Amino acid sequence: MIEIRRLAKSYGSHQALKDVSLTIRPGEFVVVLGPSGAGKSTLLRCINRLTPPTGGEIVVDGAPFSSSGRDLRLLRRNVAMIFQQHNLVKRLSVLKNVLVGRMADLSPVLSSLQLFPEADVKIAMHCLEQVAMVHKARSRADALSGGEQQRVGIARALAQQPRFMLADEPVASLDPKTSRVVLTYLKKSCKDSNIAVLCNLHQIDYALEFGERIVGLSGGEVVYDGAPGGVSGDVIRRIYPGLDDPNVLDAAQRLTERRRAAAEAETAATVREERV
Amino acid sequence: MSLGTLQFVVNKPRGPLGWWILAPIVGIAGAVLWWSAVGTQLSLSGLVAGLPWIADFLDRMLPPNFAFMQKLVKPAIETVQIALWGTLLGILLALPVCFFAARNLSPYAWVFHGLRQVLNVMRGINEIILALIFVAAVGLGPFAGVLAIAIHGAGMLGKFFAEAIEEIDEGPLDALRAAGAGTLQRIVFGVLPQVLPAWIGVVLYRFETNIRVSTVLGMVGAGGIGFELISSMKLFAYEDTAACVLVILILVLAADLISSKLRAMIR
Repeated sequence: MIEIRRLAKSYGSHQALKDVSLTIRPGEFVVVLGPSGAGKSTLLRCINRLTPPTGGEIVVDGAPFSSSGRDLRLLRRNVAMIFQQHNLVKRLSVLKNVLVGRMADLSPVLSSLQLFPEADVKIAMHCLEQVAMVHKARSRADALSGGEQQRVGIARALAQQPRFMLADEPVASLDPKTSRVVLTYLKKSCKDSNIAVLCNLHQIDYALEFGERIVGLSGGEVVYDGAPGGVSGDVIRRIYPGLDDPNVLDAAQRLTERRRAAAEAETAATVREERV
Repeated sequence: MSLGTLQFVVNKPRGPLGWWILAPIVGIAGAVLWWSAVGTQLSLSGLVAGLPWIADFLDRMLPPNFAFMQKLVKPAIETVQIALWGTLLGILLALPVCFFAARNLSPYAWVFHGLRQVLNVMRGINEIILALIFVAAVGLGPFAGVLAIAIHGAGMLGKFFAEAIEEIDEGPLDALRAAGAGTLQRIVFGVLPQVLPAWIGVVLYRFETNIRVSTVLGMVGAGGIGFELISSMKLFAYEDTAACVLVILILVLAADLISSKLRAMIR
């Protein structure tokens, strides 16, 4: 469980995050929605300390943060990250990129000599299997398409065998079809290994489709935290102040209603079954 | 402003002066150039008056003494050997320094600034001057030349290595940090793969330059073909001088050719 209490981050006089409190439960898929500059990336980067917060605290699995180098590496091993620009090392092979996910546990000297324990290579290959990229294990990372690179990014994060995964706009630079493929792999592989995901998204439709819980972030504050079914046009307007696009609002409303109807139908079906 | 169907698309310089800002710039540049021309005694008539002497010099050099070339094989090989080890030692000196001399990897600002100054000093002293110092220290011979090239080259390579590191994409480094990788792993897997092509290019260029430099080191007694060049001139044996110049040209052109071929291969 990740418990975020009264988290704050300011850059000079600019407050990127003010007083954010959130709890991420094991295994759940949480989507963070919010306009550019709302603090979504900052929130994620504060959790694994790529950015040091200026206030509040973050407790990961009961352990409050300590600044020792060992604890920091332990924290980062348990909390993997996926980036918008994949951040693969382009001139290295796909397999070696995935092995980066194992490095927190490997001998720095041996791994620098390109020597890896067989067991870790096996884990890396298994993670590539989970995103259907085994056949490209020996290719150079820059020979892959954008969607494939992001799947390798997911495999690298999975290779850490983490308890949590932070995904910072993982599909922002991908086309709609590839986005769906990537998000499906992300959700399925994390469900399989019971990894909780905190995923920033720009697309409201994907958020409502893939998210089990939606967190709306606006101006550095949480303005919504609840089920996707509760995301009404009003909520959208609260997350994106000034957004007055009837198409977006309509679409969100329709998606939400359809989801709610589906959920009700399912409940009704269960109730009926129970009666029989 | 438009000229028939052509349009002049240049932004007016910012500031209240507009185009008039050019007047003082052109004026000052012209004055500095005039002043320097006087200082260096530039004179077209001097050049014209000297032309017969140049012709006389060339006349005495021709034909080159091809028989003398046999005696130049050994010094030519020594020249290449000096360049080879000078370059290698330069790399070895620059490697441990360059990571700390890169702004984005250096742990403290003062380390970065301090090392950059050290590299500047190493680079600032010409190889010939360094060779004079090393000849005094280790005696006449090619070893002094190797050391001179290594020191100057380390200053050059350290700077270029560090600048290549500053230009890398920091995203992969973020990813390595987020995965809990240590410093050595971040350098080996995040930095080196990104800078290696640029580094190899710089090293090859440096080797090419070092061949050129080591052809003149012999003038101060630091080994190589330069010694033969300067002694033939002192003996007024200009046909021998011409042979030296030819061999030097062959060396330089060969180094040029090989390094440009190799550089094309790493792209």
